[in-house]
Amino acid sequence: MKTVAENIALGAAAGDKTEAVETPFERFRASFFASKVASVALVVLCSLIFVAVFAGFISPTNPYDLAQVSVLDSKLPPGAKSFEGTAFWLGTDGAGRDLLSAMIYGLRISLGVGVMSGIVAMIIGAAFGLIAAYFGGRTENIIMRIVDIQLSFPAILVALILLAILGKGVDKIIIALIIVQWAYYARTVRGSALVERNKEYIEAATCLAIGHRRILFRHLLPNCMPPLIVVGTLQTASAISLEATLSFLGVGLPVSEPSLGLLIANGFDYMLSGKYWISFFPGVALLITIVSINLVGDQLRDVLNPRLER
Amino acid sequence: MTVFIVRRLLQAFLVVWAMSFLVFVGVNLVGDPVEMMVNDEADQEERERVIKAMGLDKPWYVQYLHFVGRAFQGDLGKSFVYGEESLGIIVERMPATFELALAALLMAIIIGIPLGVYSGLRPGSRISKVIMAGSILGFSLPTFWVGLMFIMVFAVMLGWLPSTGRGDVVPIMGINVSFLTIDGLSHLFLPALNLALFKISLVIRLARAGTREIVHQDYIKFARAKGLSTNRVVLVHLMKNIMIPVVTVLGLEFGGLIAFSVVTETVFAWPGMGKLIIDSIQNLDRPVIVAYLMIIVLVFVIINLVVDVLYSVLDPRVRLQDVKA
Repeated sequence: MKTVAENIALGAAAGDKTEAVETPFERFRASFFASKVASVALVVLCSLIFVAVFAGFISPTNPYDLAQVSVLDSKLPPGAKSFEGTAFWLGTDGAGRDLLSAMIYGLRISLGVGVMSGIVAMIIGAAFGLIAAYFGGRTENIIMRIVDIQLSFPAILVALILLAILGKGVDKIIIALIIVQWAYYARTVRGSALVERNKEYIEAATCLAIGHRRILFRHLLPNCMPPLIVVGTLQTASAISLEATLSFLGVGLPVSEPSLGLLIANGFDYMLSGKYWISFFPGVALLITIVSINLVGDQLRDVLNPRLER
Repeated sequence: MTVFIVRRLLQAFLVVWAMSFLVFVGVNLVGDPVEMMVNDEADQEERERVIKAMGLDKPWYVQYLHFVGRAFQGDLGKSFVYGEESLGIIVERMPATFELALAALLMAIIIGIPLGVYSGLRPGSRISKVIMAGSILGFSLPTFWVGLMFIMVFAVMLGWLPSTGRGDVVPIMGINVSFLTIDGLSHLFLPALNLALFKISLVIRLARAGTREIVHQDYIKFARAKGLSTNRVVLVHLMKNIMIPVVTVLGLEFGGLIAFSVVTETVFAWPGMGKLIIDSIQNLDRPVIVAYLMIIVLVFVIINLVVDVLYSVLDPRVRLQDVKA
């Protein structure tokens, strides 16, 4: 065993020698940042994630701390001063909460639900996709038939059916989003795994009598990663959008967990009296989130898939 | 071919059956409809009377068997809220939803194809770039938020169009439609555009891709060489050929429009099936939820079946593949 320091020294030495040689990661990075739009989108996305993670430090007020909220400040337009003199940059909502703060906390919930459901769905979907492609036959038939049937229904309908059955709640909507999404991952992974499993390295691994599980997850899965990452990014965007839609419809998150979609729904009541900002700004935040994820995802697809002409 | 259709029918039947079980059992685990129906001050006797009247005192599998038996007779239970047959309530609201979906489909074609063809013919021009950026937005914008903004701008700020409801309706063959009155049309416009937004983006993409591929074909070159005007080449030779994929995809997407009308109907208070299901979920009106889900699954299974069969008629390779698998 080498010590950590030795490893670093070795790494540095190796780095010196191979300065001119591009690693795959460097090549990937260079072609990703070749697009200005995608670079901007990535920066925006990273800032959004940063804001969401450190919501408690960044947000001007804590919108759910009753001591900081005064009903006297309710429905103030953007830029107005509060009863105590602090400014509300984006105005306040019906309960007198600072809208900017509520949006920052809402972003955290929206991103959290989207990413969490995306990751779990990816794990489940990838596992089923791999199993289907690797074992083939009856197993594959059953799994893919279920996937086909599910994908023949629009995502929003599947989610609506599930939520009508499960009811409201953070856990319920995450479960619904996982069930909605897993089929996309399963289909993607199966597609690329079918190509990979006929390659020689899998044959070699099989000849070495390595266990199924090891071949599946250590040999097959890493080679199916690129399309999985692309689908994962784009799916996360659609999961966030779907969650917002369902919460807006009142079948998603409970009022105690106000995501961006719920904030928009709350503003709907005040819209007809001309108080546009309560719905408008959370919607803009949602839009920026979804568009930036989609742009990053599109660029990833272009970079990771050499067959596409750029 | 027969084998193929029989297999598909069996699968369709299986899906509907699985859904009926899932939906019924699931919905019966949610909430307590007795709480909704009974006055807070009602005594135990009153509560039990209501439970008996609604058949909620029996074990769930008995309720399910009753439900299946009655479902075959077209009886899906009485709504807890409206006190009428839930199937009747849904069927009554179906035309509104279909009208909205068809209007949206029409808009997608009328708006999407010219824009798509234009940007396909001049891919480098500034207008094309604006159109393509617009179509990316159309894919990314959450439908419900755009609907709100439509109401904000066109109904509240400008006051051009009404924000909610369906307006005046005229009966045609016993079905009420709103597209034949001015008032109805003005009510229809915003929701239909809202619902169409996503499909417009899709049609733009399809029409653009189709155009870019087709302009390089020999028959277009030949038509040009023959001295036909650009208008004629584009409107006749090109249009005919890009319509094939557009129509196919739109046919597939019609089900999606019906599913997404849930969102648009809620925003614009359009009295269709979608608004009904959302209201019913909030009221825990179980018979209506169950009936809606069964009908929507049935509608989708039928749409999918028709599309599958049409596909296999048009493309024999699909059929062969399926028989082998």
